[in-house]
Amino acid sequence: MSAGDSIRPANPVFASTRGGTDPRVASAWTPREVVASNVRALIGRAYPRVRGMAREPSWLFFEILLPFLTTSAFVLVYRALGAPDAYVGFVVLGGAMAAFWLNVVWMMAGQLYWEKSQGNLELYFAAPMNLMSVLLGMAVGGLIMSSTRAAAVLVISTIVFGVTFQVEQWGLVIVVFALTLSALYGLGMMLASLFLLWGREAFHMTNLVIEPVYFVSGLNFPVGRLGALGALAIATIPFAVGLDAMRQLVFAGQPYITGTPSPEVEALILAAMTVVFSLLSRWLIRRIERMARSRGSLSIRWQ
Amino acid sequence: MSTALQGDTLPSAIDVRAVRRVYDAKPEPVVALAGVDLQVAPGEFFGLLGPNGAGKTTLIKILTTLLLPTGGDARIFGFDVVEESGRIRRIMNMVAGGEQSGYGILTVREQLWMFSQFYGLRAREGWSRVDELVDAVGLAEQRLQRVSTLSTGQRQKMNMARGLLNDPWILFLDEPTLGLDVAAARSIRELVLDWKAAVAGRTVLLTTHYMAEADELCDRIAIVDRGRILAIGTPDELKRRVQRESIFRLELDHLDGGLAVLGRLPGVESAAFAADADPEAQRVAVNLALTDDAALGGVVTALGGTGSHILALRKSEPTLEDVFVELVGRGFGDEAEGPDRGSTDRGGHGGDEDGGGGPSGATGGELAGLGGHDTVAEDRDAVGSAP
Repeated sequence: MSAGDSIRPANPVFASTRGGTDPRVASAWTPREVVASNVRALIGRAYPRVRGMAREPSWLFFEILLPFLTTSAFVLVYRALGAPDAYVGFVVLGGAMAAFWLNVVWMMAGQLYWEKSQGNLELYFAAPMNLMSVLLGMAVGGLIMSSTRAAAVLVISTIVFGVTFQVEQWGLVIVVFALTLSALYGLGMMLASLFLLWGREAFHMTNLVIEPVYFVSGLNFPVGRLGALGALAIATIPFAVGLDAMRQLVFAGQPYITGTPSPEVEALILAAMTVVFSLLSRWLIRRIERMARSRGSLSIRWQ
Repeated sequence: MSTALQGDTLPSAIDVRAVRRVYDAKPEPVVALAGVDLQVAPGEFFGLLGPNGAGKTTLIKILTTLLLPTGGDARIFGFDVVEESGRIRRIMNMVAGGEQSGYGILTVREQLWMFSQFYGLRAREGWSRVDELVDAVGLAEQRLQRVSTLSTGQRQKMNMARGLLNDPWILFLDEPTLGLDVAAARSIRELVLDWKAAVAGRTVLLTTHYMAEADELCDRIAIVDRGRILAIGTPDELKRRVQRESIFRLELDHLDGGLAVLGRLPGVESAAFAADADPEAQRVAVNLALTDDAALGGVVTALGGTGSHILALRKSEPTLEDVFVELVGRGFGDEAEGPDRGSTDRGGHGGDEDGGGGPSGATGGELAGLGGHDTVAEDRDAVGSAP
């Protein structure tokens, strides 16, 4: 008998037993319970990102003011060069959408590696949930964070620089925007798995890709101007294709957006990217779990 | 052993057979577990006791489905750790010493709720369970405090609350009092005992190298070293393995005739002045080795006849460290070169927390057979206060 069994009165708080009085019954979840549990895990992982946003007001400075200043610099350059007014709109939209890309790179791609260092990853592995729920939770939380930043940059820049939008297909705008985010965060989930595999070197990779991706995606100019390079970006980088589609849709009729597919085609590209990245991230995360368990080196903090 | 009411029909809480684990390492593979066999009954509080590098953490990682065994078979309540990890994860939880999991920006309450969602609790159920557990572990005042501001002891209480959120049937505790002060360690131990006692069949596997902790908590203990289980038994059974004579410490007001008087008494095998006796004290401290406990009565009577008064009498018991030294030929403080590398990375617990380097030879020259025990008794006290 354990030291405490005979002498301690039972604490009613500890007396609860989820799923009955037999561990074999408690471990037998229905498919519905499995799905519900994974949805809860998704919400649980999104929660700290949303709470953190409300708790640290400094993000207002770093996430809104600084991006606004970056956007302003390009606007001022274009105006100084006498560029068409449409370019100001392109820059403002690029500045807003950049919030999502930065979030994917910094708070999705490196996140699992960071979770491993903190000791969270082994708890995630040991919890009764699919790790995809964690990735999706990170994505949803990040999306909420970034939407606020993107909206703030968009509204402030629009007011300050007098940008006018010309939207003809609201439905398609919404679809393309949603597909852009799903493709972006699908890529983020895949990168999170890859970066966990690559380890510390992944952070250097992050630094390496940010500026080139900005350039080939046409952050501050229509990507069609890059010719073949732009076409390649459209075919492979969700930020590039999403941004171009959004520009075509919210600045309808602008003659400066040329050399890229129609928004409808780009929507299809984004949908395909979403599927491919999601499947790849699912495959990778399964592979990682197998490797983690066989090697003991991926999930466990100190190995 | 506190077996569950339904224990007759339940499979073993832990059933490990011939489990091996080899890490790929350079220049050569490292054998962390070299064929371990272990059965733990439902409701048992089982301890794995061994030094760093013994293989304790590797075994616990295999049982918590985080690591695959290289060979052998391991089951939790009948579920295979390789093929049925999903079912095991629904009924188990784990807490490690020095755990820094979660997000410092969240409050204690929020962090625990987040984990409750990972364990599948409904949102409202999660909040109410968190509130109950926060109170139960003694963190009511810190419930709205950010995790990043908690002390080490408070943090570990929170970790314990996390480990209990899903009402696990089996709880794995990996050095849970690592680095905690006396009060915090005690509250963690009491918490675990309270939790376990509340429902029959709950099982705890504790790894530790705090011998006093294992002695206090565990129904049975396995002594592990270099990937092998050297002995399994209750703490008393293990200690009896090394107790070959009865050793008593006597404190007398005076002793006329010196040790020779004691040495001539029936049943006394040897006698020596205690090495730790205070020379300033107005008393004489003596260690006596008797053939058995029954000889004590004769010694007490005979001492009365000499005019000496017994001021204090204490039986000197062997400790689990004595058992370990007997089994492996070295103390806990003498670190093994082994694969359980993580243990040394988790919070700077050095030899001073390991129990003081073992009992060998401290007073061995003074009186063979007594010095070791006497020294170990001191070490045990030291260990008792370390966690």
